[in-house]
Order: sequence, then C-alpha cells, then structure tokens
Amino acid sequence: MTKVLMKGNEAMAEGAIRAGCRFYFGYPITPQNEVPAYFAKRMPEVGGVFVQAESETASINMVYGAAAAGARVMTTTSSPGYSLMQEGVSYLAGSRLPCVLANVQRGGPGLGNIAASQADYFQATKGGGHGDYHVIVLAPSSAQEMMDFTMLAFELSDAYRVPTLILSDGIVGQMVEPVEARDFVQHIPEKPWALTGAYNRSPNVVRSLWLDDEGVPLNNEWLQKTYDTIRAKELRQESFLTEDAEYLIVAYGSTGRMAKGAVMMAREQGVRVGLLRPITLWPFPYEALVALLPQLRGILVCEMSAGQMVEDVALATRDKVPLYFAGELGGRMFTDSKIVNLVVEMKKGGLKPWQPK
Amino acid sequence: MATKVIFDKPKSMKDVPMHYCLGCGHGVVHRLICEAVDELGVRERTIGVAPVGCAVLAYDYWDFDVSEAAHGRAAAVATGIKRVWPDRLVISYQGDGDLASIGMGETIHAANRGENITVIFINNANYGMTGGQMAPTTLIGQKTPTTPMGRDPKTTGYPIRMAELIASLPATRYSVRTTVANFQGVIQTKMAIKKAFELQLKGEGYTFVEVLSNCNTNWEMSPVEANRFIVETLVQTFPLGTFKDERKL
Repeated sequence: MTKVLMKGNEAMAEGAIRAGCRFYFGYPITPQNEVPAYFAKRMPEVGGVFVQAESETASINMVYGAAAAGARVMTTTSSPGYSLMQEGVSYLAGSRLPCVLANVQRGGPGLGNIAASQADYFQATKGGGHGDYHVIVLAPSSAQEMMDFTMLAFELSDAYRVPTLILSDGIVGQMVEPVEARDFVQHIPEKPWALTGAYNRSPNVVRSLWLDDEGVPLNNEWLQKTYDTIRAKELRQESFLTEDAEYLIVAYGSTGRMAKGAVMMAREQGVRVGLLRPITLWPFPYEALVALLPQLRGILVCEMSAGQMVEDVALATRDKVPLYFAGELGGRMFTDSKIVNLVVEMKKGGLKPWQPK
Repeated sequence: MATKVIFDKPKSMKDVPMHYCLGCGHGVVHRLICEAVDELGVRERTIGVAPVGCAVLAYDYWDFDVSEAAHGRAAAVATGIKRVWPDRLVISYQGDGDLASIGMGETIHAANRGENITVIFINNANYGMTGGQMAPTTLIGQKTPTTPMGRDPKTTGYPIRMAELIASLPATRYSVRTTVANFQGVIQTKMAIKKAFELQLKGEGYTFVEVLSNCNTNWEMSPVEANRFIVETLVQTFPLGTFKDERKL
C-alpha cells in the first residue's frame, strides 16, 4: 500500500471522509485550521457538506442537528473552542447522539498559546459539561493514528450512541508523516431512532429533558449501563517493552511517542523500563496498569500538564508502587533525553514521589 | 344524512390536553403549524425543533419528528438537520429569550446564510417559563421580576424588533409579524406560516414568522385582557406587517 505525506490534522479529516462522514461544521482556531480547510475542499468532491459556523457554540449545535438527523458528522477545534462547546457536548451525551469531535490541544488556561499541550485531560475525560456523562476519548500519537482513530471513533460512537472525542495536541496535529490511507467504510449502521420524517412509523423525538419523576433517572441509568459496556469492551492501550520492565512510563499522545524513544535510550543505559501508552483515555485502562504492578519498582507519568492523567494512574496503583510525575506546563514539550534523565533519577531514588494534592 | 366535518383536530396534532396556561398563544400557533403541515401534505417529511422554554414540550403535541435544542441554539440545530435532509420541512420554533437573547448569534447567522428553514418566533415580551423576567422584547416601562421598576432603556436598552432586523439581511426571503391575539390575526398567522412553509419546500431560503402572543400568567392579566394588551399596546412597539417578501407565490 502506498503512503502519502500528510499533516496529522489532514489525516484526521481524510479519515473522517473514509469513515463515511459527509457533514462537517467548524470554526477557525489554531492549531487545527488545516481541518476545516481540508473539509472545505474535500466535502464537495464526495458530495458532502462543509459549513463554517459563526462560533464553536453554533458548530457543536449544528453537529447536534446533523447527528439527530442520523448522519455521520464531525467538528474539530482547539482548547478554548472545546471549552465553548461543552454545553453542546453535554446535550449530545444526554440525547445519546453519536458524533465525532476533536480537540487539538493548545496551551491554556484562557487564550493561552498555540503550542501543544495536554492540559485538557480532565475536561475531556471527566465531563467538561454538566451532568453524569462521559465521551469516549481516543488519544492519537501519530498522523496515521489521527486517521485510524478518527475512523474508529465513528464506529464506536455509532455502536454505543456516545459522542467520541479525538484528544490530540498541536504536535500530533501539525506533524507531517507518511500515512497509509485506509479503505472507505462501506457499511454505516442503521439509525432507527433518527429524525428522518415520520414515514410509516411513529414520530421520533431527540431529547434530554423529562419533567416526570422517572425520565431523567432512567436516561442516566441507560447511560451508565452503556458506559459499563464500553469499559468492558473498548479499552485500548499500547504496551511497549513492558514484559521485563521494572520501571514504567505512562504517557499518551505526542508525549507517549517521545517516551517511546526514551525507553529505548534508557534501556541502553541499563534501566529495564517500559511504556504504557493509554489509547482510550476514557475509559482509562486501569486493569492493564494493575496487571503490571507486581513487577514494577516505580512508575513515571509524563504529561504536558500540571498533573491530570496521573490521578487516574494513582487510582490504579493505590500506593502499591512508588509513583512519580513530570509535567511540562503551558505549551512546553518534553524531549526524549529529558525523560531518560527522569527515568535514571527514578531508579536512583532521586525523584520525589507524587502525592495527591 | 351524511355529516360534513367543517372543523377537526389536524392529523399532525396529537389528541392530548396541553400543559400551557389557559389562553396562552402557544397552543394556537402549534395548531396553525399542524394545519399548514396537513394542508401541504408533508407530515411525513416534517422535522421540528423545540426550544428551551414553555414550548420545549411541543413534541408532546406535534405528531411528527422533533428534536430538542439547547437554549438559543435551535437555528443551529435546524441547520444541521436541514443540511442532512434538504427536502424535509424543517421548523424551528422559538421564544423571545431563546431567539433574541441567548440565541441571537445563531438566529442572525442562520438567516444570513439563507438556511432553507422556517423560524417561528413567539414574541410575548418576557421569559415565560422562568417566571416572566425581562426579555430583549420587553416593552419600555414593563414591570417584570428583573425590572421591578419597569424596563429602563438607560440601563437595559430597547425592545429588539426581530422581524425588521431579520428582514434587513439579504438572504432572508420572507419576514413577517402577525399576532394570535384576535381572530383576524390567527387567520393572518396561519397564512404566513403556510406561505413560509411553501417557500421553504420550494427551496427559496430562509423564512421568518414572528407571532405576538400573550403570556397572561406572567403579565398578571386575564387572557382577554392580555390579548387586548397585544392589539392595543404591544403592536405600538412591534407593528404587524410584512417586512420582506421577495418571492410571491
């Protein structure tokens, strides 16, 4: 199969097209501007619709409408824009509408900067909007994964009627790499609940409001049951050189990729270290981590944040293995050699353990 | 002797009691929409959008597909639906707080894009569902829970005339203001709604029907007094009429 050079953001857009997405609504924000530009050009070629919305608020609600109408639909944004979308994400979750969203993270809080960041982990995995809900969160670390995970996101979202988020960052979005274009998806599941016009059936209603005593609790029960199924069936992670590992790095996205290089370099210095790279950030692969605990002497979590995913790692380790954290703040990024130094220090006992704070 | 039915519930309307206050205009406008849908024979091709506000339960009364929308976002939701199903009749039904306050951006931009949808705007000069607070359409001097001394334009500005504002946008095809406060107004509202639907079904573009309606509970009036208030007072700020009609049927 031939490969083509693509930016991560373009690979994501092309993945959506190949997954059968024919509706895209978006608003410009750096560092994801390649995505709307790609769709604006590509959608007319495949008979799809591109709309530049007047705001991220409008984008996410156009997504709501198109999802309610039964289409495969997507929007993409970066951190401040994803904040603006949170109301809509809660409504999408509450109304059980499948759709694919992407946050190509940049430095925050506030307007921040346009460098890569991973500081939206809490927002992505723990809610972000109001109410007891989750979205499925996939974390790509390469341009290829931007394409592949976007295609997977449409399948998962339709299968479970849960919005799915690609949590990327400015590095993965902007990097140019060879990408193998996947085959076009041929089969898109039927959506008997969708709004198509009540022809030969009783009317469908897309809603998240019930004013009786039971409607909202029952909707929440359905959501929680669905989340349990997703937790049981859809956990994904990459384990790299963990079989004999005494030490473990946990990192995702572009940091996970840098950590992979660091693992190789640290092994040359005699440290038996491996990498666990969560691919589903929600659901979080707690079990994969727990399974490794008996062999481990230390775990280092690296994130481009002040320490967010580390809390999920702590939920898995429960003080059974010393836990360390290294964060890069506000758009600074890791280097592989910096991670190697941290791993070596961890082995020497020179790092201060992470504590809940 | 055969009986001739001269008045009946529209087929697109469910035969259930409504939750609206006695005398409220929502029920009338719901019915007019259903009559127009039936007369055009498009019930199976109609998709409604219900707003946040008293009319969120419109799907309890309309017997066609309906989506909720977050507060103010109905025009964006309707855009998403219409782009997926260009041949369906897509109706966004919204109140004044929803359409002209929190949703002003979505409202203006849907009209400015010329989305081929129909927006039915119920203007009753207050936030009905939350207890009658000031809306962008509240009259100067009108007392509400958030303007207890009466709306003061020095600090709260002036009532927004939506039908005129929408009419100023080049992509708008049809923008009118009617009322359901009296018999004549009901007939005109029905004609306006039906015309807007016909234009949409012909693919003409954005159509907007503003309907002056009473909120007698929050206005603390009887339904009769409230309707009289519309035709005597509300119309002075919100004149009835056709502000744009580019496509004669």
